Amino acid sequence: MNGIDPAMQSTKENIVPEQIQTRDAGYYVYGFILGMLVLTGFAQMPIFKRYYIADIPGLAWLGNFYATHWMHYLFAALLIGYTTFLATTHLLSKGKWRSIQAAAGSMHFWILSGLILTGGLLVVRNLPNMHFPATFIILIDLSHLTLVMVFLVHSGFRFFFRRR
Amino acid sequence: MYPSRVRVEDWSEKQDVSDRLTPYNWLFIQHAVVTVNGKEVELTLPRMCMHCVNPPCVKLCPWGAAVQEENGLSRIDSDLCLGGSKCRKICPWHIPQRQTGTGLYLDILPSLAGNGVMYKCHRCYRLLEQGEVPACIEACPEQVQSIGPRDTMVRKAHEIADAIGGYIYGEHENGGTNTLYVSPIPFNILNGAIEKGEGRPHFALVKDRMADANSLAAAMLLAPVAGIAAAIGKAFRQIRG
Repeated sequence: MNGIDPAMQSTKENIVPEQIQTRDAGYYVYGFILGMLVLTGFAQMPIFKRYYIADIPGLAWLGNFYATHWMHYLFAALLIGYTTFLATTHLLSKGKWRSIQAAAGSMHFWILSGLILTGGLLVVRNLPNMHFPATFIILIDLSHLTLVMVFLVHSGFRFFFRRR
Repeated sequence: MYPSRVRVEDWSEKQDVSDRLTPYNWLFIQHAVVTVNGKEVELTLPRMCMHCVNPPCVKLCPWGAAVQEENGLSRIDSDLCLGGSKCRKICPWHIPQRQTGTGLYLDILPSLAGNGVMYKCHRCYRLLEQGEVPACIEACPEQVQSIGPRDTMVRKAHEIADAIGGYIYGEHENGGTNTLYVSPIPFNILNGAIEKGEGRPHFALVKDRMADANSLAAAMLLAPVAGIAAAIGKAFRQIRG
Protein backbone atom coordinates (compact mmCIF):
# COMPACT_ATOMS: atom_id res chain seq x y z
CA MET A 1 0.00 0.00 0.00
CA ASN A 2 2.97 2.37 -0.71
CA GLY A 3 3.09 3.48 2.96
CA ILE A 4 0.07 5.80 2.96
CA ASP A 5 -2.55 5.39 5.66
CA PRO A 6 -5.71 3.98 3.92
CA ALA A 7 -7.84 6.54 5.73
CA MET A 8 -5.67 9.41 4.42
CA GLN A 9 -5.70 7.95 0.91
CA SER A 10 -9.45 7.79 1.02
CA THR A 11 -9.60 11.45 2.14
CA LYS A 12 -7.36 12.62 -0.71
CA GLU A 13 -9.21 10.66 -3.33
CA ASN A 14 -12.67 11.68 -2.19
CA ILE A 15 -12.36 15.25 -1.01
CA VAL A 16 -9.81 16.87 -3.28
CA PRO A 17 -11.29 15.66 -6.58
CA GLU A 18 -14.77 16.58 -5.34
CA GLN A 19 -13.64 20.14 -4.57
CA ILE A 20 -12.12 20.49 -8.03
CA GLN A 21 -15.19 18.96 -9.63
CA THR A 22 -17.49 21.35 -7.75
CA ARG A 23 -15.45 24.39 -8.80
CA ASP A 24 -15.32 23.25 -12.41
CA ALA A 25 -19.05 22.52 -12.55
CA GLY A 26 -19.84 25.96 -11.10
CA TYR A 27 -17.50 27.61 -13.60
CA TYR A 28 -19.20 25.91 -16.53
CA VAL A 29 -22.72 26.54 -15.21
CA TYR A 30 -21.87 30.24 -14.79
CA GLY A 31 -20.30 30.35 -18.25
CA PHE A 32 -23.27 28.59 -19.84
CA ILE A 33 -25.77 30.98 -18.25
CA LEU A 34 -23.77 34.03 -19.35
CA GLY A 35 -23.27 32.59 -22.82
CA MET A 36 -26.99 31.96 -23.27
CA LEU A 37 -27.78 35.45 -22.00
CA VAL A 38 -25.41 37.00 -24.53
CA LEU A 39 -26.79 34.82 -27.35
CA THR A 40 -30.48 35.40 -26.56
CA GLY A 41 -29.73 39.07 -25.92
CA PHE A 42 -28.18 39.57 -29.35
CA ALA A 43 -31.12 37.63 -30.79
CA GLN A 44 -33.30 40.57 -29.76
CA MET A 45 -31.79 42.44 -32.69
CA PRO A 46 -33.04 41.41 -36.12
CA ILE A 47 -29.68 40.08 -37.27
CA PHE A 48 -29.68 36.29 -36.90
CA LYS A 49 -32.23 35.75 -39.65
CA ARG A 50 -30.69 38.41 -41.87
CA TYR A 51 -27.25 36.83 -41.62
CA TYR A 52 -28.43 33.20 -42.07
CA ILE A 53 -27.49 32.15 -38.52
CA ALA A 54 -31.09 31.15 -37.81
CA ASP A 55 -30.94 29.04 -41.00
CA ILE A 56 -28.34 26.74 -39.48
CA PRO A 57 -30.05 23.45 -38.56
CA GLY A 58 -30.92 23.53 -34.85
CA LEU A 59 -30.65 27.32 -34.56
CA ALA A 60 -33.99 28.33 -36.09
CA TRP A 61 -35.18 29.33 -32.60
CA LEU A 62 -32.70 32.24 -32.73
CA GLY A 63 -34.99 33.83 -35.31
CA ASN A 64 -38.02 33.64 -33.01
CA PHE A 65 -38.08 36.90 -31.04
CA TYR A 66 -40.65 35.71 -28.51
CA ALA A 67 -38.77 32.46 -27.80
CA THR A 68 -35.43 34.22 -27.33
CA HIS A 69 -37.06 36.94 -25.24
CA TRP A 70 -38.55 34.29 -22.94
CA MET A 71 -35.22 32.45 -22.75
CA HIS A 72 -33.40 35.71 -21.98
CA TYR A 73 -35.71 36.21 -18.99
CA LEU A 74 -35.23 32.59 -17.91
CA PHE A 75 -31.43 32.79 -17.98
CA ALA A 76 -31.52 36.20 -16.31
CA ALA A 77 -33.47 34.63 -13.43
CA LEU A 78 -30.94 31.79 -13.30
CA LEU A 79 -28.04 34.26 -13.28
CA ILE A 80 -29.56 36.25 -10.44
CA GLY A 81 -30.29 33.08 -8.47
CA TYR A 82 -26.87 31.55 -9.11
CA THR A 83 -24.84 34.67 -8.32
CA THR A 84 -26.88 35.15 -5.13
CA PHE A 85 -26.15 31.51 -4.25
CA LEU A 86 -22.41 31.96 -4.87
CA ALA A 87 -22.22 35.24 -2.94
CA THR A 88 -24.15 33.82 0.04
CA THR A 89 -22.07 30.62 0.03
CA HIS A 90 -18.90 32.71 0.13
CA LEU A 91 -20.28 34.91 2.88
CA LEU A 92 -21.15 31.87 5.00
CA SER A 93 -17.71 30.29 4.54
CA LYS A 94 -14.90 31.25 6.88
CA GLY A 95 -12.04 33.15 5.31
CA LYS A 96 -14.00 34.06 2.16
CA TRP A 97 -14.64 37.68 3.11
CA ARG A 98 -11.51 38.78 1.28
CA SER A 99 -12.63 37.05 -1.91
CA ILE A 100 -16.00 38.81 -1.62
CA GLN A 101 -14.20 42.13 -1.25
CA ALA A 102 -12.00 41.28 -4.24
CA ALA A 103 -15.03 40.28 -6.34
CA ALA A 104 -16.89 43.46 -5.39
CA GLY A 105 -13.86 45.47 -6.44
CA SER A 106 -13.51 43.75 -9.79
CA MET A 107 -14.59 45.20 -13.09
CA HIS A 108 -16.52 42.00 -13.85
CA PHE A 109 -18.69 42.60 -10.78
CA TRP A 110 -19.53 46.17 -11.73
CA ILE A 111 -20.28 45.37 -15.37
CA LEU A 112 -22.53 42.51 -14.32
CA SER A 113 -24.26 44.72 -11.75
CA GLY A 114 -24.89 47.33 -14.45
CA LEU A 115 -26.30 44.67 -16.78
CA ILE A 116 -28.63 43.33 -14.08
CA LEU A 117 -29.73 46.85 -13.15
CA THR A 118 -30.46 47.99 -16.72
CA GLY A 119 -31.96 44.59 -17.55
CA GLY A 120 -34.18 44.81 -14.48
CA LEU A 121 -35.40 48.24 -15.59
CA LEU A 122 -36.23 46.83 -19.03
CA VAL A 123 -38.16 43.98 -17.42
CA VAL A 124 -40.19 46.51 -15.41
CA ARG A 125 -40.71 48.60 -18.57
CA ASN A 126 -42.12 45.52 -20.34
CA LEU A 127 -44.86 44.99 -17.77
CA PRO A 128 -48.35 46.19 -18.73
CA ASN A 129 -49.21 49.82 -17.96
CA MET A 130 -45.57 50.81 -17.36
CA HIS A 131 -44.76 54.05 -19.15
CA PHE A 132 -41.16 55.25 -19.05
CA PRO A 133 -40.13 58.48 -20.81
CA ALA A 134 -38.86 57.82 -24.34
CA THR A 135 -35.37 59.21 -23.66
CA PHE A 136 -35.03 57.06 -20.53
CA ILE A 137 -35.95 53.93 -22.52
CA ILE A 138 -33.32 54.76 -25.13
CA LEU A 139 -30.80 55.36 -22.33
CA ILE A 140 -31.38 51.98 -20.65
CA ASP A 141 -31.58 50.14 -24.00
CA LEU A 142 -28.26 51.55 -25.17
CA SER A 143 -26.67 51.22 -21.71
CA HIS A 144 -27.61 47.53 -21.61
CA LEU A 145 -26.16 46.99 -25.10
CA THR A 146 -22.98 48.97 -24.36
CA LEU A 147 -22.43 47.08 -21.10
CA VAL A 148 -22.70 43.75 -22.96
CA MET A 149 -20.05 44.93 -25.41
CA VAL A 150 -17.79 45.99 -22.52
CA PHE A 151 -18.53 42.69 -20.78
CA LEU A 152 -17.51 40.69 -23.85
CA VAL A 153 -14.27 42.64 -24.34
CA HIS A 154 -13.42 42.35 -20.64
CA SER A 155 -14.28 38.63 -20.50
CA GLY A 156 -12.19 37.98 -23.61
CA PHE A 157 -9.28 39.87 -22.09
CA ARG A 158 -9.60 37.86 -18.86
CA PHE A 159 -9.85 34.59 -20.76
CA PHE A 160 -6.83 35.12 -22.97
CA PHE A 161 -4.60 36.82 -20.43
CA ARG A 162 -5.89 34.96 -17.35
CA ARG A 163 -6.47 38.22 -15.55
CA ARG A 164 -8.88 38.45 -12.62
CA MET B 1 -27.80 46.08 -49.02
CA TYR B 2 -26.05 42.99 -47.74
CA PRO B 3 -26.89 40.13 -47.84
CA SER B 4 -29.02 39.72 -50.92
CA ARG B 5 -31.96 38.27 -48.98
CA VAL B 6 -32.60 41.70 -47.40
CA ARG B 7 -35.85 42.86 -48.94
CA VAL B 8 -36.05 46.33 -50.45
CA GLU B 9 -39.49 47.80 -49.76
CA ASP B 10 -39.84 51.01 -51.69
CA TRP B 11 -43.34 52.44 -51.73
CA SER B 12 -42.32 55.91 -52.85
CA GLU B 13 -43.72 55.28 -56.34
CA LYS B 14 -46.87 53.64 -54.94
CA GLN B 15 -48.00 56.25 -52.45
CA ASP B 16 -51.57 56.11 -53.79
CA VAL B 17 -52.13 52.48 -52.80
CA SER B 18 -55.11 52.56 -50.45
CA ASP B 19 -56.39 48.98 -50.28
CA ARG B 20 -53.83 47.85 -47.71
CA LEU B 21 -51.46 49.26 -45.09
CA THR B 22 -48.30 50.77 -46.54
CA PRO B 23 -45.65 53.17 -45.18
CA TYR B 24 -47.79 55.93 -46.71
CA ASN B 25 -51.24 54.57 -45.89
CA TRP B 26 -51.80 53.83 -42.21
CA LEU B 27 -55.53 53.12 -42.44
CA PHE B 28 -57.53 51.35 -45.11
CA ILE B 29 -61.10 50.19 -45.45
CA GLN B 30 -61.57 46.45 -45.37
CA HIS B 31 -64.73 44.96 -46.90
CA ALA B 32 -66.52 41.84 -45.82
CA VAL B 33 -69.59 40.24 -47.35
CA VAL B 34 -71.14 37.54 -45.19
CA THR B 35 -74.39 35.62 -45.29
CA VAL B 36 -76.29 35.55 -42.04
CA ASN B 37 -79.62 33.69 -41.80
CA GLY B 38 -79.81 33.62 -45.58
CA LYS B 39 -79.31 37.36 -45.80
CA GLU B 40 -76.23 38.92 -47.36
CA VAL B 41 -74.62 41.56 -45.17
CA GLU B 42 -71.79 43.87 -46.27
CA LEU B 43 -69.54 45.44 -43.68
CA THR B 44 -66.80 48.03 -44.08
CA LEU B 45 -64.14 48.16 -41.41
CA PRO B 46 -61.44 50.79 -40.93
CA ARG B 47 -58.23 48.84 -40.31
CA MET B 48 -55.20 50.39 -38.64
CA CYS B 49 -52.88 49.81 -35.70
CA MET B 50 -54.64 48.11 -32.78
CA HIS B 51 -52.60 50.18 -30.25
CA CYS B 52 -52.15 47.30 -27.81
CA VAL B 53 -52.38 47.98 -24.09
CA ASN B 54 -48.97 46.31 -23.73
CA PRO B 55 -47.57 46.74 -27.25
CA PRO B 56 -44.84 44.23 -28.25
CA CYS B 57 -43.64 46.65 -30.96
CA VAL B 58 -42.82 49.22 -28.28
CA LYS B 59 -41.63 46.90 -25.53
CA LEU B 60 -39.38 44.72 -27.69
CA CYS B 61 -37.84 47.35 -29.99
CA PRO B 62 -34.10 46.89 -29.35
CA TRP B 63 -33.37 50.60 -29.81
CA GLY B 64 -36.25 52.19 -28.00
CA ALA B 65 -37.40 53.69 -31.30
CA ALA B 66 -41.04 52.97 -30.48
CA VAL B 67 -42.81 54.62 -27.61
CA GLN B 68 -46.16 54.31 -25.86
CA GLU B 69 -47.82 57.46 -24.58
CA GLU B 70 -49.68 57.52 -21.29
CA ASN B 71 -52.96 57.82 -23.18
CA GLY B 72 -52.27 54.37 -24.63
CA LEU B 73 -51.30 55.20 -28.21
CA SER B 74 -48.07 53.71 -29.52
CA ARG B 75 -45.91 55.28 -32.16
CA ILE B 76 -42.59 54.78 -33.92
CA ASP B 77 -40.04 57.58 -33.90
CA SER B 78 -39.07 57.85 -37.57
CA ASP B 79 -35.85 59.70 -36.60
CA LEU B 80 -34.62 56.71 -34.57
CA CYS B 81 -36.06 53.69 -36.36
CA LEU B 82 -33.54 51.59 -38.31
CA GLY B 83 -36.18 49.62 -40.21
CA GLY B 84 -35.19 46.15 -39.02
CA SER B 85 -38.92 45.28 -39.09
CA LYS B 86 -38.80 43.34 -35.83
CA CYS B 87 -41.93 45.28 -34.82
CA ARG B 88 -43.80 43.92 -37.84
CA LYS B 89 -42.71 40.35 -37.15
CA ILE B 90 -43.77 40.42 -33.51
CA CYS B 91 -46.97 42.40 -34.07
CA PRO B 92 -49.84 39.87 -33.98
CA TRP B 93 -51.42 41.77 -36.91
CA HIS B 94 -48.12 42.65 -38.68
CA ILE B 95 -49.19 46.29 -38.83
CA PRO B 96 -45.98 48.39 -39.25
CA GLN B 97 -44.83 48.81 -42.85
CA ARG B 98 -41.33 49.59 -44.06
CA GLN B 99 -40.03 52.23 -46.41
CA THR B 100 -36.50 51.41 -47.50
CA GLY B 101 -33.96 54.09 -48.37
CA THR B 102 -34.72 56.57 -45.65
CA GLY B 103 -33.84 57.12 -42.00
CA LEU B 104 -30.99 56.83 -39.56
CA TYR B 105 -29.56 53.58 -40.95
CA LEU B 106 -28.18 55.51 -43.94
CA ASP B 107 -25.85 57.34 -41.55
CA ILE B 108 -24.67 54.22 -39.67
CA LEU B 109 -24.14 51.03 -41.68
CA PRO B 110 -26.41 51.41 -44.73
CA SER B 111 -25.28 48.14 -46.31
CA LEU B 112 -24.94 45.93 -43.25
CA ALA B 113 -27.62 46.94 -40.76
CA GLY B 114 -31.08 48.47 -40.92
CA ASN B 115 -33.31 48.86 -43.92
CA GLY B 116 -35.31 52.09 -43.71
CA VAL B 117 -38.05 53.22 -41.37
CA MET B 118 -41.16 51.43 -40.10
CA TYR B 119 -44.39 53.39 -40.25
CA LYS B 120 -47.80 52.85 -38.73
CA CYS B 121 -50.74 54.82 -37.37
CA HIS B 122 -49.70 57.06 -34.48
CA ARG B 123 -53.29 58.13 -33.83
CA CYS B 124 -52.41 61.67 -34.91
CA TYR B 125 -50.76 62.25 -31.54
CA ARG B 126 -49.92 65.85 -32.40
CA LEU B 127 -53.61 66.59 -32.92
CA LEU B 128 -54.48 64.81 -29.67
CA GLU B 129 -51.91 66.96 -27.84
CA GLN B 130 -53.79 70.00 -29.11
CA GLY B 131 -57.12 68.61 -27.90
CA GLU B 132 -58.29 67.67 -31.39
CA VAL B 133 -59.32 64.28 -32.75
CA PRO B 134 -57.38 62.07 -35.18
CA ALA B 135 -57.76 62.88 -38.86
CA CYS B 136 -59.51 59.58 -39.67
CA ILE B 137 -62.29 60.33 -37.18
CA GLU B 138 -62.67 63.81 -38.64
CA ALA B 139 -62.72 62.47 -42.21
CA CYS B 140 -65.11 59.53 -41.73
CA PRO B 141 -68.47 60.42 -43.37
CA GLU B 142 -70.25 57.72 -41.36
CA GLN B 143 -68.83 58.88 -38.02
CA VAL B 144 -68.25 55.26 -37.02
CA GLN B 145 -65.32 55.97 -34.71
CA SER B 146 -65.23 57.27 -31.16
CA ILE B 147 -62.20 58.12 -29.07
CA GLY B 148 -61.75 58.37 -25.32
CA PRO B 149 -60.23 56.67 -22.27
CA ARG B 150 -60.13 52.90 -22.68
CA ASP B 151 -62.49 52.03 -19.84
CA THR B 152 -65.06 54.47 -21.27
CA MET B 153 -64.64 52.98 -24.75
CA VAL B 154 -64.95 49.40 -23.45
CA ARG B 155 -68.15 50.37 -21.65
CA LYS B 156 -69.49 52.04 -24.80
CA ALA B 157 -68.53 49.01 -26.92
CA HIS B 158 -70.49 46.75 -24.57
CA GLU B 159 -73.48 49.08 -24.72
CA ILE B 160 -73.46 48.97 -28.53
CA ALA B 161 -72.86 45.23 -28.58
CA ASP B 162 -75.76 44.68 -26.17
CA ALA B 163 -78.03 46.92 -28.24
CA ILE B 164 -77.35 45.17 -31.55
CA GLY B 165 -76.58 41.69 -30.24
CA GLY B 166 -73.04 42.18 -31.50
CA TYR B 167 -69.50 41.16 -30.77
CA ILE B 168 -66.39 43.00 -29.60
CA TYR B 169 -62.85 42.61 -30.93
CA GLY B 170 -59.87 44.06 -29.07
CA GLU B 171 -61.09 43.86 -25.51
CA HIS B 172 -58.94 40.82 -24.76
CA GLU B 173 -56.88 40.27 -27.91
CA ASN B 174 -53.14 40.36 -27.18
CA GLY B 175 -53.98 41.26 -23.59
CA GLY B 176 -56.30 44.05 -24.73
CA THR B 177 -56.02 46.76 -27.35
CA ASN B 178 -56.96 50.41 -27.43
CA THR B 179 -58.59 49.99 -30.84
CA LEU B 180 -61.91 48.23 -30.34
CA TYR B 181 -64.35 46.94 -32.95
CA VAL B 182 -68.03 46.19 -32.48
CA SER B 183 -69.69 44.06 -35.14
CA PRO B 184 -73.10 42.46 -35.58
CA ILE B 185 -71.27 39.49 -37.12
CA PRO B 186 -69.01 37.20 -35.04
CA PHE B 187 -65.38 38.02 -35.73
CA ASN B 188 -64.45 34.44 -36.60
CA ILE B 189 -66.96 34.66 -39.48
CA LEU B 190 -65.70 38.13 -40.44
CA ASN B 191 -62.15 36.81 -40.39
CA GLY B 192 -63.10 34.21 -42.96
CA ALA B 193 -64.75 36.82 -45.17
CA ILE B 194 -62.03 39.46 -45.37
CA GLU B 195 -59.00 39.50 -47.60
CA LYS B 196 -55.91 38.85 -45.48
CA GLY B 197 -52.21 38.98 -46.22
CA GLU B 198 -49.39 41.52 -46.25
CA GLY B 199 -50.74 44.85 -45.09
CA ARG B 200 -54.20 43.33 -44.58
CA PRO B 201 -54.60 42.29 -40.94
CA HIS B 202 -56.81 39.47 -39.71
CA PHE B 203 -59.57 39.31 -37.11
CA ALA B 204 -58.42 36.07 -35.46
CA LEU B 205 -58.17 35.47 -31.73
CA VAL B 206 -54.78 36.56 -30.36
CA LYS B 207 -53.37 35.46 -27.04
CA ASP B 208 -51.30 37.87 -24.95
CA ARG B 209 -47.88 37.60 -26.57
CA MET B 210 -46.05 39.37 -23.75
CA ALA B 211 -47.64 37.28 -20.99
CA ASP B 212 -45.22 34.33 -21.01
CA ALA B 213 -42.13 36.49 -20.52
CA ASN B 214 -43.82 38.82 -18.06
CA SER B 215 -44.81 35.89 -15.88
CA LEU B 216 -41.09 35.05 -15.69
CA ALA B 217 -40.48 38.51 -14.22
CA ALA B 218 -41.84 37.12 -10.96
CA ALA B 219 -39.23 34.36 -11.16
CA MET B 220 -36.54 37.06 -11.30
CA LEU B 221 -37.85 38.49 -8.03
CA LEU B 222 -37.84 35.02 -6.44
CA ALA B 223 -34.41 34.07 -7.83
CA PRO B 224 -32.32 35.87 -5.14
CA VAL B 225 -34.47 34.31 -2.40
CA ALA B 226 -33.96 30.87 -3.95
CA GLY B 227 -30.20 31.52 -4.24
CA ILE B 228 -29.89 32.53 -0.59
CA ALA B 229 -32.03 29.60 0.57
CA ALA B 230 -29.92 27.14 -1.46
CA ALA B 231 -26.68 28.58 -0.01
CA ILE B 232 -27.99 28.38 3.55
CA GLY B 233 -29.14 24.81 2.90
CA LYS B 234 -25.72 23.90 1.57
CA ALA B 235 -23.98 25.46 4.58
CA PHE B 236 -26.36 23.68 6.95
CA ARG B 237 -25.65 20.33 5.30
CA GLN B 238 -21.90 20.96 5.55
CA ILE B 239 -22.20 21.81 9.26
CA ARG B 240 -24.23 18.67 9.92
CA GLY B 241 -21.88 16.55 7.80
